[in-house]
Parts: sequence; structure tokens; C-alpha cells
Amino acid sequence: MTMRLPASLRLSPRWAPYVFVSPFLVLFAVFGVFPLLFSLHLAFQSWEPTSGLGSMEFVGLENFAFALEDEWFWKSLKNTAWLALVSGVPQHLVAIPLAVFIHTSFKRLRDGVMAAYFLPYITSTVAIAIMFSSLFSTDYGLINAALSATLGMEHIDWLGHPDTLKPAVAFIVFWRYIGFNVVLYLAALQTIPKDLYEAATMDGAGRWQQFWCITLPSLRPMIFFGVTLSVIGGLQLFEEPFILTGGKGGIDQSAMTSAVYLYRMAFDFNDFGGASAMSWLLFLVVVVLTWLTNRAFRPRDEQRSGQEAS
Amino acid sequence: MTTERMSRWSAYLLVLLGALIMLAPFYFMFVFASQSRSAIFNLPPPLWFGSDFLENFKILTPRLPFWHNLGWSLYVALASTALTLLFCSMGGYAFALMEFRFKKALFGLVMGTMLLPSFMNMIPTFMIMDALGWIDQHRALYIPGAASAFGIFLMRQFASSAVPRELIEAARMDGCGEFSIYWRIVLPLLKPALGTLGLITFIASWNNFIGPLIVMRSADHYTLPLALRSLQSPVNTEWGALMAGSALATIPLLLLFALSSRQLIAGLTSGAVK
Repeated sequence: MTMRLPASLRLSPRWAPYVFVSPFLVLFAVFGVFPLLFSLHLAFQSWEPTSGLGSMEFVGLENFAFALEDEWFWKSLKNTAWLALVSGVPQHLVAIPLAVFIHTSFKRLRDGVMAAYFLPYITSTVAIAIMFSSLFSTDYGLINAALSATLGMEHIDWLGHPDTLKPAVAFIVFWRYIGFNVVLYLAALQTIPKDLYEAATMDGAGRWQQFWCITLPSLRPMIFFGVTLSVIGGLQLFEEPFILTGGKGGIDQSAMTSAVYLYRMAFDFNDFGGASAMSWLLFLVVVVLTWLTNRAFRPRDEQRSGQEAS
Repeated sequence: MTTERMSRWSAYLLVLLGALIMLAPFYFMFVFASQSRSAIFNLPPPLWFGSDFLENFKILTPRLPFWHNLGWSLYVALASTALTLLFCSMGGYAFALMEFRFKKALFGLVMGTMLLPSFMNMIPTFMIMDALGWIDQHRALYIPGAASAFGIFLMRQFASSAVPRELIEAARMDGCGEFSIYWRIVLPLLKPALGTLGLITFIASWNNFIGPLIVMRSADHYTLPLALRSLQSPVNTEWGALMAGSALATIPLLLLFALSSRQLIAGLTSGAVK
């Protein structure tokens, strides 16, 4: 019934797996490895794309030296660290108790509440930035209107002032990713055996004691994982500050993250060599910080067995 | 007892209030999308829907080729979903159920690409697209990410539990070719995971901003996020029109999310939970 290919054209079991993984290999080689190596090469060249490939000139470590002496580079690093911390830490401080409470007290509304918190995560950053730039706007923004109606506060130029722009961006990032963390912790909470709590109740442990002695220690691996994701994600922060500041980084570059600066260096200032060198420096920062988070948050027993193995 | 009750109820209220704060920006996007420019600039601003949605849309359309942008968004999202499902199911099946040389190393490579920070790709992506002549071409948006590490990982996880090895062995003994084993036996068994990955890919492509920002040049070829951003200006932003456009771009997402939030949430966090 089925049409059969001639034997010479049929895929032999020996070669089949290689054929099946070949799309990944080809795409990864063309769009992953080759460009990455090229950017490493570029990091040591002086080059403006508008003047053609022939204008490339080897400059040694000059691009790296330039980045390290560049005031904006350090400023962008500081901004990134600030935004990652101020948007990242509260995400976990709020998501953990929130997840615990949803887990213990919500039954029928559970999925609905979870979906409400998760929705911003799947919404386009552009739509989010447009919504918030309206909400945060000075004279007609809803946030200022609410603050002046309830607290009698004067209107604040949220997105036009360095002291308020950064917290505004941090709030949007917090708002956007908290639901993701709530879902992570909810999943982890479901794996804690119920009899642990029953035994603790029998022994007369109160709610707080149960939280500190059972829930929190059981969540430790997920906290480690979630914080690692937040650190890695926070250091790559690009879309929210980029769109909210019209692609420039905001007044006084106060919301210019490293990724935004990287983009500007390449596409606004046409310095592809310098931008490539900067991207590798940033990569180094991400690797080191991820490693440090790993050391600080990894569950103790894993750490020990890791040390034994090495 | 009463204090515990009180604290319980206040916690309930806090969680629900939090949920409202999460949803409020969406609500106001739709409210402002239906209000005229002057109504939005009233103090206090409008809190309920108006009747000017079509007016706002009429302001929007001369400023950007909305239907083209919507069409391109749809085209790129569908193409990227189709390619991703094909490539990732092939790769995931091979990694889950076949033996071959360098399998471990290759899978390590797949996982490794997930860890690469996205900013590392910004300049290289532009350069390779320039070299290939793909600048301002939509294929630059849906081809490079089609064999995504996340997708291959998801498919491998699902295939190793959902596809019985014996079934494949039996089909092979019966003389079934390798490609028809994949197409007729493996693919149907992967259906639930294909649904999840399809949703995730479609949404990611629909929202993709960085990709088009780097490669697309002409406003007529823009996808929706890029087109909407081009309307934002420091002065005299047409808020009503901008909100109408954003609302229209968000409605498909809200529909998809309403229909499949459980599946989507589970899929998006699957890497973490397993």
C-alpha cells in the first residue's frame, strides 16, 4: 500500500540519526559558531561596516583597552547590576511567599490567579513598554493621577529623570517576570511530601516554624535555579530599557544597560570592533557572576559531593 | 483564632490585589484604545471604555502599513513554528531514541547554546545576514532559530517517555524505512509536545523584537512590534492610535493564552521542573 523508495534512496539506520540532527548542526554552524568566531576576530580589528571588508585593520588589544577606559562602559555595567539587583531580588522575596500562599489556600481560583501573574511574561515587550510609557507619563499618566489624588503628591517626570527612570524600569521588569518565578516555586512546592507537614503539626510546630524548617529548605534547589536564571537574565536586560528610552538609554544614560550600549556602539556609532570586544568582556562578566551565584546558592550537599569528585 | 482568620483574609486580599495589579496595564491598554486623544488627556484619565476605537484605528493606518505588518507577523510566526516543529522533533527523536557517535557531546553542545547570552549574537547575527544578503528578508527571522536548543530539549524529554523503543524496533524489523518510522510512528506520538512547542514558538516569534530590529530595514517589511515602536515619539504621541495598535497586536496572544494557559505555563517552565 505504501509507496516504497528504491533501496539506494532509503535512509539506512546507520545514517538516520545524523540526518535527523543535521538541521541543528547546519543552522548552529552557520548562524552560531561561524558568527561567534568572526566576532572574536572582529574584537581585535578596527572596522566600520560602511567602508567594506577591506578597511579592516588589526589593532591588537586596543578595542579592549578602549572599553575598559570608557566611562559609558562602566556606567552601563553599574546600571545593569543595579537593575538586575533591584528587579531581581524582590522577584524572589515576593514570589516565594506568594507561591506558598497560593499553594496552601487557593483551590478553585488557583489556575486563574496563576494565569494572571503569568500573563505579562508572554506579552510582547513593545506592547508592555507602550502601556507603561503611557501609565508613567508626567502630566496625564495614570500613576501620577493616582498618586496626586490619594497622597496629594506632585506630578513626577518618571521617565525623564535619572532618579526615577531606573526604578520605573526595574518595576516593569519585576512586574513582567514575577509570575514566571511564582510558577517555578509552585512546581517545587508540589514535590514536598505532605506527611512532612503532618508530622510537624503532630509535633506541635506552628505555621511559621513549618515554613522555616520544611518549606524553605525544600525550596532551596529551586531558589538556586531561579536566582541563577534571574542573574543571567538580568545581565542581558535589553528590550525593556531599550524601548522605554527610545533606544538611547534614557536621560544621562541612566537606564543604559550594557546590552543597550553594545547595540548603540555597533548600530548607532558604527564601531563593530569595539562592540565585539565589549561583548566578549560582558560575556566574561556573565560567566564569572554565574559561577559566583553557583557557589553561593548551590545546595550544600551538592557542593560537598562536587568537591569530593574534583 | 480571629487574628489568624483576619491575617488569612488579608493575605487572600493581597494576592487578589496583586493579580489585579498584574492585569491593570492590559485593562488600561484596551480602555485607552477606545478613547479619543482628548479624553486620554483628561484629568482624571478615563477608567472605562469609550467608543473611539475605530477613530483611533483610522489615525493609525495612514501612519503605518498595519495590515502588511500584521500579515508579516503572521507569516513569520507560522513559518518559524512549522520549521521549528519539524527540526526539533527530528533532533529530539534522534537524541532520545537512537544511538550514534558523538551523541553525548552533540547534546552537550545543544544545551550549551542555551547558556549563551543573547547579546553575544547581536553583532554576529547582523554580520552573517549581511554576508548572506538576508538583510530586510523575512527568512532571516525564521530560519536561524528553527532548530532551537529549547525545542530539541523539550522534544527529547517527551520522546524518551512517550515513544516505546520496541515499537520502533518492530517497525524496523517489518522493513519500515527510517523516515517513515519518524513520520508515521514517532511524530503522531509526539503530538502533545508538538502542541506545546508550537504555541511557545508562535508566541516567541510574534513578540520577537531584537531579531527584526537588527535585520529589517523597510517599514513595509516590519513585523508588528517593530512597526508599533516606530510610532513612539518623544512629543505628540498619538496615544489612542498607539494603544489601538498594541491592543490589536495583543489580542491573538490573549486568545492563545486563554485557550491554553496551563499547557503553555507547563511548557515554558518545563526545563526548570524536570
